[in-house]
Amino acid sequence: MNSVRAPLSPFTAGLAQVGACGIFLLQILRALPRSLRYLRETVRQVFFVGAMSLVIIMTCGLFVGMVLGLQLYHTLSIFGGTAALGTVVALSLYRELGPVVTALLFAGRAGTSITAEIGLMRATDQLDAMEMMAVDPLAYVVAPRFLAGIIAMPLLACTFNALGILGAHLVGVSWLGLDNGTFWSNMTANVDVWEDVINGVWKSAAFGAVCTLIATFQGYTTPPTSEGVAYATTRTVVFSSIATLAIDFVMTAFLM
Amino acid sequence: MAQRQSFQIGTGLFIVLGFAALGYLATQTTSLANYRQGDSYAVKARFTNIGQLKLRAPVKVAGVRVGSVSDIKLESDKLDALVTLSIDQSYNKIPDDSAASIFTSGLLGDQYVSLNPGGSPDMLKNGDEVVLTQSSMQLEELIGKYLVGQGDAGKPGEKKPDAAQPNDKK
Repeated sequence: MNSVRAPLSPFTAGLAQVGACGIFLLQILRALPRSLRYLRETVRQVFFVGAMSLVIIMTCGLFVGMVLGLQLYHTLSIFGGTAALGTVVALSLYRELGPVVTALLFAGRAGTSITAEIGLMRATDQLDAMEMMAVDPLAYVVAPRFLAGIIAMPLLACTFNALGILGAHLVGVSWLGLDNGTFWSNMTANVDVWEDVINGVWKSAAFGAVCTLIATFQGYTTPPTSEGVAYATTRTVVFSSIATLAIDFVMTAFLM
Repeated sequence: MAQRQSFQIGTGLFIVLGFAALGYLATQTTSLANYRQGDSYAVKARFTNIGQLKLRAPVKVAGVRVGSVSDIKLESDKLDALVTLSIDQSYNKIPDDSAASIFTSGLLGDQYVSLNPGGSPDMLKNGDEVVLTQSSMQLEELIGKYLVGQGDAGKPGEKKPDAAQPNDKK
């Protein structure tokens, strides 16, 4: 690890990062059965990455729903199709905006704190100390956070969607005067449980896995300096956002 | 210990809230919300063309939803579409000489079956057939008829006088 090497070209270095991340994923998966012993730790992480993110997720969901309601109302009124407002808001939230925006917020809110925490553990040799005490840091530190991300993200996305619908209802019905029955009946007529709601849940579970994988990987492999931790935190946000949007495209293409 | 309790309560709240949101989305905002628990009765109607009518499309009387389309199939001998309408039991005062038509909600909206009440003293019952039906309006057919009709009239275009000349030669 510390041997002197010729500097890699940026392309090969990136490739090596992706490879290391893949190997890290396999290591986490192998550590998952062992991490079941630390179930309490997983619950604690669900609290930290999930419950603590609720406020930002709910606020943003409400505002995204209100903006969608406002924008789409004015666009749809050009075509005389304001009755479709509920449908369009629900479909765009469930299929795309809910999972993606939640993942982006999650990367900023929870991913960074995971990276900083694990990175600081690495920098202060706590991870090595754990290994010394025969506690596998992958099973005790990394795997619970990974699991917590997969559990928390779909629940956060659903909360985001629900608040988004309420926000759109607030703007469309209470403010702009769309008929309440029209709003709901159009939505219930055109939105399907499996096609739309559950597809979004799958998506957000995948985003949860990817975001926490990147966050834990960046923290775990950070150079043990304060600058290293700072870079690792930045990279977590950048890579999580790129990975979320790229995987969103691939999953949309397959799930459609 | 108190701190552990508090985060467990927080986690529990979060999980309950998340699943409540999922349940709300799944049951209140999707097509599941249209499944009525109440009893319904089935009425058949034959159409020569149902257009874009889909399963679970609404059945309306005077614009109010009273049920949904529960089955669509082709009758192999008559080549008619046999549509089964399942109507909520609470709306059991629909005369049996009512007419069923397929309309489109708005210009480009989904299609639905509209029941136009008749004057018979007998009411529709389970298994009855609505005899008076009107098929869905096909926009393409209407446009086609309009175009053909205009061609037959031989009305010369005002802006293209030379376009009328080939007609004159005939």
